[in-house]
Amino acid sequence: MINKDIVIIGGGPAGLSAAIGAYESGNKSIVILERDNLLGGILNQCIHTGFGLHTFKEELTGPEYCERYVEKVKNLGIESKLETMVIDISTDLIVSAINEIDGLIQIQAKAVILTMGCRERPRGALNIPGYRPAGIFSAGTAQRFVNIEGYMPGKTVVILGSGDIGLIMARRMTLEGANVKMVVEIMPYSGGLKRNIVQCLDDFSIPLKLSHTVTKIHGSTRVTGVTIAKVDDMKNPIKGSEEFVECDTLLLSVGLIPENELSRKVGVIMNPKTQGPVVSESLETSIQGIFAAGNVLHVHDLVDHVSSEAYLAGKNAVKYIQGLLDNQNKIDIQCGNGVRYTVPSTLNYKNVEDLTQVRFRTSDVYKDAYVSVYLDKERIIHSKKRILTPGEMEQVTILKKWLLERPNLKIITVIIEKE
Amino acid sequence: MYDVVIIGAGVIGASVARALSKYHLKVLVIEKHSDVCEGTSKANSGIVHSGYDAKPGTIKAKFNLIGNHMMSDFCQKYRVPFRRNGSLVLAFSEEDIPKLEALKIQGMSNGVAGLEVLTKQQVLAMEPNLNDSIVAALYAPTGGIVDPFELTIAQAEVANMNGVEFKFNAFVTNIAKQSDYFIISTNNETIESKTVINCTGVFSDDFNNMVSENKLSITPRKGEYCLFDKEVGHFVDKTIFQLPTVYGKGVLVTPTAENNLLMGPTAYDIYDKYDNSTTAEGIKEVLSKAAQSVKYIPSSYIITAFSGLRATEASGDFVIGETIDVPGFYNAVGIESPGLTAAPAIGDYLSNLVAIKLKANLKSSFVDGRDEIIRFEPLSVSDKAKLIESNHEYGKIICRCEMVTLAEIKDAIHRPLGANSIDGVKRRTRAGAGRCQGGFCGPRVLEILSKELNKDPRDIAKFDQQAILLVGFDKDTL
Repeated sequence: MINKDIVIIGGGPAGLSAAIGAYESGNKSIVILERDNLLGGILNQCIHTGFGLHTFKEELTGPEYCERYVEKVKNLGIESKLETMVIDISTDLIVSAINEIDGLIQIQAKAVILTMGCRERPRGALNIPGYRPAGIFSAGTAQRFVNIEGYMPGKTVVILGSGDIGLIMARRMTLEGANVKMVVEIMPYSGGLKRNIVQCLDDFSIPLKLSHTVTKIHGSTRVTGVTIAKVDDMKNPIKGSEEFVECDTLLLSVGLIPENELSRKVGVIMNPKTQGPVVSESLETSIQGIFAAGNVLHVHDLVDHVSSEAYLAGKNAVKYIQGLLDNQNKIDIQCGNGVRYTVPSTLNYKNVEDLTQVRFRTSDVYKDAYVSVYLDKERIIHSKKRILTPGEMEQVTILKKWLLERPNLKIITVIIEKE
Repeated sequence: MYDVVIIGAGVIGASVARALSKYHLKVLVIEKHSDVCEGTSKANSGIVHSGYDAKPGTIKAKFNLIGNHMMSDFCQKYRVPFRRNGSLVLAFSEEDIPKLEALKIQGMSNGVAGLEVLTKQQVLAMEPNLNDSIVAALYAPTGGIVDPFELTIAQAEVANMNGVEFKFNAFVTNIAKQSDYFIISTNNETIESKTVINCTGVFSDDFNNMVSENKLSITPRKGEYCLFDKEVGHFVDKTIFQLPTVYGKGVLVTPTAENNLLMGPTAYDIYDKYDNSTTAEGIKEVLSKAAQSVKYIPSSYIITAFSGLRATEASGDFVIGETIDVPGFYNAVGIESPGLTAAPAIGDYLSNLVAIKLKANLKSSFVDGRDEIIRFEPLSVSDKAKLIESNHEYGKIICRCEMVTLAEIKDAIHRPLGANSIDGVKRRTRAGAGRCQGGFCGPRVLEILSKELNKDPRDIAKFDQQAILLVGFDKDTL
């Protein structure tokens, strides 16, 4: 058994930042466990730009962005174990992992930070009828083939789902010589960032078909085409609107699922909306000493937010080990109308320095609406937004002094209001 | 000149090959796909039926019972995942209880042991996730679940290790009867054989009709299924059937031998023997019918849907044995449910007929069994550690959903009749069979196949040779 104060599971952007956060808070007994053969996680295959605008005030590629964190982790001398797969976490914080060199590794931790990221939803989850030929890839799998391995998974492409990876891949496949015929989105709005729609679709004249879906996959060995159809308000295909689109490839960008097998196994309470753990303002899960940050907690749009969130998790893990995290005085944060979820779910002013960010997504598209925060029945934030969409994460800032001024506060509500 | 040519490497062809491999015979299996288990054998319920369902006196009833009795020892010997979990046939109205009793009597006359009609309370105590609207059920303790892939692969491996040859990517275009042998033409050669065994599933009528005047007719009957994540693999313990109602034949809800949850199949006659597509209506029907059996459908855990074709012969029964008008030509035609259950017994029976005909002797060198296939995931932590010590490639996880290691995948590739495609690896190791359906491990498995088989990555297919995954290099077409 090895002893480490902090074990970080996953060496992507969240894990790296959590490690730096912990280190800079004074605890150097850290190990990052990463299953791939290099640190940086999915950013290694995200060779497009657009990363780091918030953090570094410059536009970096994915590999450039993660390189800065990897360098820092190396310079600080933070230990990491690569090609190491965590197979179990126990409630008393023993982390079991395996790799080819050490075999089984068991580490007794004082705090564990979950930074396993997320994975893509597969076709099966959508139940698209038709054949099961070669040529159906998740957008991220195709991205790996094209950007890392140098191979093209197809020549004529239809993309289902307008999540950011789908949009990015529409552009990438085009640049690499494929004919991207269209991006099909079942919702009446895109799940991706506006800037990606402009830069990845509009700039290349790739049509975005909103309120459409793929209703059948053709081709018994390799994809030969898909049938698309318009959908009604209930997302059911409208009879008569079907259209056959010839293609040899269907890319799926239909959502990301936080990768919480380990979290569930150890018994962390999950939020069914985010499919990530329920966490406090300190990013601590329902199990004391286990923290979570990044896409394993909730799927982010911007890696910059992943980094800042995970830094905080690292910092709080150190505070927890020092016995400085209070676990009385929790106030629930409630999702009002139009708010799908918030992270965190509870707030304890004793653990907050000056302010805390509450991140959330809306459940629908709202134009010229207000994001409001109520402290019990008192409205403390009322800020007008031109547009709110589920595809863009929002945040509100709660000041510690508001909470100190209201010692009897019972509940905080985040809500979308028409006026 | 071969002694025996078996056409088709599904579970029946593999079973006949396995059974014939104990004789001094020169045996060849011809398969049009690039791997075994590519037809109906890969897309079915994976059920070992107890045998109450088949009409007494039919060939189906006979082989169902023999197959069911054989299955425990058989699967142990050949290392095939199998569990005798028992089955329940649900009745949804008081009027249906006599039908359960009739089914019980039919089963008893077929020789099925332990059948019992249970009350609602007894059933719900057994299966708490069943729908509260059920009124009674027929319990068959001898029902079971088997891994249909491994049941096929294991037998093909045993056959191959004992000298049976396999030709893949070879499809038979003609069979010509000579005086005392056959000339079999394939897409790239002609082969001579003293006997031919037709194990071609939905195509078996075509092959019979090529040589025999006793014409047979197969109508493919499509069955669609939904497969669920292992997270809900214990949703039910037994295989849950439904009594047929006025709304038609029911669907089953069952755990699989690999601990997934499975619902299906539909049953629709179709005309296209190649149509294994799923349909929106079919999937909807599966889920709505299954909802009658269980409290709720854990829809968010569906990981894939698939469909398979039953080889339904016009007579409704299996057609097994030597054709009367063409001596030396043997049929296994119309092998639909309970074909998987019956497969080992059908193999034994047909091989016996052929051996008698050819006056074949048993080989003393016959190895009747298969080494254990090491699976990493189910092992205890300490056993995992020991295994990695013995071979460090067990420390490298390739498929994270099913926890499949590099060592297991390499073993699957290098075993007799090893995997040569992504799906072949999946069926042998479960890499890619989990909740992400190969999204993560797909590129890695492709790379391993390419390296181990010394093939260009662009030549690695999902299955067969045409189902290619990579079409070229970046910027090839620019």
